[in-house]
Amino acid sequence: MSRLTALIVAALLALTACSGSSAQSGPKSLRMTVWTANEAHLKLLNEIASEYKASHPDITEIKFDSIPADGYTTTLTTQIAGGNAPDLAWILEESAPDFVSSGALAPIKGKVEKADELVPSATKLWEKDGELYAYPFSTSPFGLFVNTDLVKDLPKTWEQAVAASAGKNLVLPDFKYQNWAVLSAIWRGWGANAWSEDGKQCGFSSQEMKDAMTFVHKAIFTDKAIPGPGTTVDFFAGNAAMAVSQISRAGALKDAKFGWTLLPLPQGPKGDYAVIGQAGVGVLKRSKNADAAADFLGFFTNSANSVKLAQFFPPVRQSLLNAETLAKSNPLIKPEQLQSVVIDGISKGVVKPSHQGQEELNQTIRAALDPLWKPDANVGQVLDGVCAKIKPLLERP
Amino acid sequence: MTFWTYRRRDNLVGYLFVAPALLGSLAFVLVPLGMVGWYSLNEWNVLGGTFEFIGGENYARLLADEKLRDSLVATAWFAAGLVVLNLSLALLLAVLLNQKLRGTTLFRTLFFSPVLVSLVAWTLVWQLMLQPEGSVNGLLGVFRVDGPNWLRGETTAMVSVVVVQVIKNVGLNMVLFLAALQGVPAPLYEAAKIDGAGAWRRFRSITIPLISPTILLTSIITIVGSLQVFAQIAVLTQGGPGTSTTVLIYYLYQQAFQFHHFGYGATISVLLFVIVAALTLLQWQMRRKWVLHES
Repeated sequence: MSRLTALIVAALLALTACSGSSAQSGPKSLRMTVWTANEAHLKLLNEIASEYKASHPDITEIKFDSIPADGYTTTLTTQIAGGNAPDLAWILEESAPDFVSSGALAPIKGKVEKADELVPSATKLWEKDGELYAYPFSTSPFGLFVNTDLVKDLPKTWEQAVAASAGKNLVLPDFKYQNWAVLSAIWRGWGANAWSEDGKQCGFSSQEMKDAMTFVHKAIFTDKAIPGPGTTVDFFAGNAAMAVSQISRAGALKDAKFGWTLLPLPQGPKGDYAVIGQAGVGVLKRSKNADAAADFLGFFTNSANSVKLAQFFPPVRQSLLNAETLAKSNPLIKPEQLQSVVIDGISKGVVKPSHQGQEELNQTIRAALDPLWKPDANVGQVLDGVCAKIKPLLERP
Repeated sequence: MTFWTYRRRDNLVGYLFVAPALLGSLAFVLVPLGMVGWYSLNEWNVLGGTFEFIGGENYARLLADEKLRDSLVATAWFAAGLVVLNLSLALLLAVLLNQKLRGTTLFRTLFFSPVLVSLVAWTLVWQLMLQPEGSVNGLLGVFRVDGPNWLRGETTAMVSVVVVQVIKNVGLNMVLFLAALQGVPAPLYEAAKIDGAGAWRRFRSITIPLISPTILLTSIITIVGSLQVFAQIAVLTQGGPGTSTTVLIYYLYQQAFQFHHFGYGATISVLLFVIVAALTLLQWQMRRKWVLHES
């Protein structure tokens, strides 16, 4: 029996020795995980990759690995845990603090072309100690899409937006009564925050948040503007008066059979504001080809390629953030809309809430907010309950 | 004397025959099982790439975890609801379909067919049917009943998950019961009838004792299965509303794969393993009390 044990141990050791990491020389192949499976997106990504390979003969393959957006981060971390980490990965804004602070990503500032022209509000989330750990390749402000066949008077305030869409549906496509962070596109208009700037204080029990959520609750159950829990209404199919969504969704309106326009988010009691969703690309430190991957990332995000990517993913380079450049790649959106929603949005916007340990916060807040989505909910009490639940998570060092 | 005695050669052949199965279970069952135990003693930060031995800390956390307590309560409700509903419905159907009536073959096929349907497809269809404006409430509307928002109420969500799972799997237990019922010798019933026993008396004193080994088998399978239900929860409720349907295995998934606490996740799976083992052992011990031929 002891000889058998020795044999097994030896076999296991041999297996682990094979997976030890060391820098590779010679031909390399790179793999980047992405959450898009959109053919137009992948075509553009592959074009950029081919161009890079042409000038870098040592890179034999650059593969874009599509993972469904639903569960993307879970799949990515499972790959990392299984010793099968990609070389590069798209990262959602909500997982940014976890990825940046954990040391999973390699520094990339030195590889980014003209790093000093990146808009500071957009890079903030991806920096630590003055170093950049992922390139914010898509910074997409939230706007209000309006179906002009159903709504004649364009709303300027949230009150007007809800009044105009009563019984006609004001949808938040990604919310689904789960992804509560999407609601920040509304509550920022009331000056509310999920948590304080340093992430230590809970913001859900603030008066601003209670007022904002009372408004949302009323819009759902009294005004019947926002579709209730469990009901799905598709704006992009023409079934809703308005939708709060990111401008990168405008592509879905290419063949729309109805009239539509794009407005900045309506004003709340606190006036004008903007909220942005973000995505970065980072290089996994554990990649055997981290250097080559960072080099490709530099090429992928240089000015010339940022212009190409701008048709799907709004850029964060100051030199490209003008209506003229954006109009070339966004034929669906008018220059004045690009100015008011995209350019102003990116410069003054705040990114959707994110925090270290985001996924645990997400689930805890989702569960604590569930009692709110009933007609007779006590808004103040539910929100105080949210703070009670997440306090230990926020205070965790 | 040669080394290859008859006896040794015989042994070698025997070992070679069991080797494939033994190596398979070693590589895919025992080694992973041991690794789960080892992970549970470590703090494993997947993103940072750190793996640190922390001894019993994860187990101390297990005891202090309030969410785990909620999850155990949800698991108990789920398992109890599932076992009671599944077994009684399966037995009822089996007894009904054991009658010599027209059309029983058709009904047997109908009740068994959900077992063959892909689990996720089955659950997704039910998700649509359970929407506020879905077909379940549509059907209730015919009888002028105003159906609830099934998946959004704490109790109704749990009931929905249990019922969806019971309808999916009741056919399997039904077939097992049916086979057992057909193995009960007819002369026993005849003799009982002559002695003046009614239908209920015959069922209680002949049927139940004679099919008790099958009752034991189905209850073990169903309880163990109920503790491993994952896809239905992931698709229908994601553990909500609140944490009302966060059963143990879904909580384990959240901790390990969503919150990146792989070490703690492994600790929860050790707990799950212990619970399943204890329940199975308990039932196995109890069989002497109520299974015929086992005293």
